[in-house]
Amino acid sequence: MSDVLTFRFDVDGENFTSAGQASVQIKKNLRQLGLPPEIIRRVSIAMYEGEINMVIHAGGGNAEVRVAEDFIEIELVDHGPGIADIEQAMQAGFSTAPDNIRSLGFGAGMGLPNMKRYTDSMDIQSKVGDGTRIVMRVDLTA
Amino acid sequence: MKICTIQELLSARVIVGEERLGDHVYSACGSDMMSDVLAYVKDQAVLLTGLVNPQVIRTAEMMDMICIVFVRSKEPTPEMIRLAEESGLVLLATDKRLYEACGILYSNGLVGNKVKRAAL
Ligand SMILES: Nc1ncnc2c1ncn2[C@@H]1O[C@H](COP(=O)(O)OP(=O)(O)OP(=O)(O)O)[C@@H](O)[C@H]1O
Ligand SMILES: [Mg+2]
Repeated sequence: MSDVLTFRFDVDGENFTSAGQASVQIKKNLRQLGLPPEIIRRVSIAMYEGEINMVIHAGGGNAEVRVAEDFIEIELVDHGPGIADIEQAMQAGFSTAPDNIRSLGFGAGMGLPNMKRYTDSMDIQSKVGDGTRIVMRVDLTA
Repeated sequence: MKICTIQELLSARVIVGEERLGDHVYSACGSDMMSDVLAYVKDQAVLLTGLVNPQVIRTAEMMDMICIVFVRSKEPTPEMIRLAEESGLVLLATDKRLYEACGILYSNGLVGNKVKRAAL
């Protein structure tokens, strides 16, 4: 691995209004790097879903995006409540989001499956009471 | 279909993005659930929605959409307008309801296809 470009963000868990700022910024950065649009779209959607999750389920956290020669890696770390049953959380339609989140347009239980679908690999580590760490990768080699 | 045609068909007001009204779009989708837009939409360039919060703008930007139509006379906030300007999105507002607005565009040839569930 030669040069790895790293972008770091604090994801504010206090207000839903700013959720997604980091993903919008990453999309701009990746465009500046001249990466293919389809790659940019996949990375930014996966990160956006993860960022929204950190805000609505975990009170915020940290995001890091590493752009290497043959892959882009997204790491999301929070110190929220953790996920008790990851397999269940990964199922399309499973959501613990309260009604007020649904009225904001989220909480369909589609985020985690969507993150998996848009990336080439995804690893979730979570401990109840401790927090959650998600690492996703999108390959840059065709 | 040109965005200005959408504007005419829906008697919509242009909130921002006047300079892109001549752009062509080929498909659209309508939803109040951003979760579903993120999960099911593929190449639709237009989002019709009754939901008003900054996540609508960010969702559209993530999906590489170029135009959002707010239905039922919903007005975006100044912050949303600023975000849309930054992203180069066109914002329109119509007093029609979601069902009617989608129906008008669909029957005038703006399809909703390319909606695929799992394929990338
Ligand atoms: N960072 C996290 N910390 C704690 N729990 C989480 C976290 N991310 C997801 N979860 C749990 O996993 C469930 C499923 O997440 P997923 O993103 O698939 O759906 P959602 O966020 O509820 O709805 P959507 O993503 O469709 O808006 C959540 O409802 C929540 O219970
Ligand atoms: Mg989610």
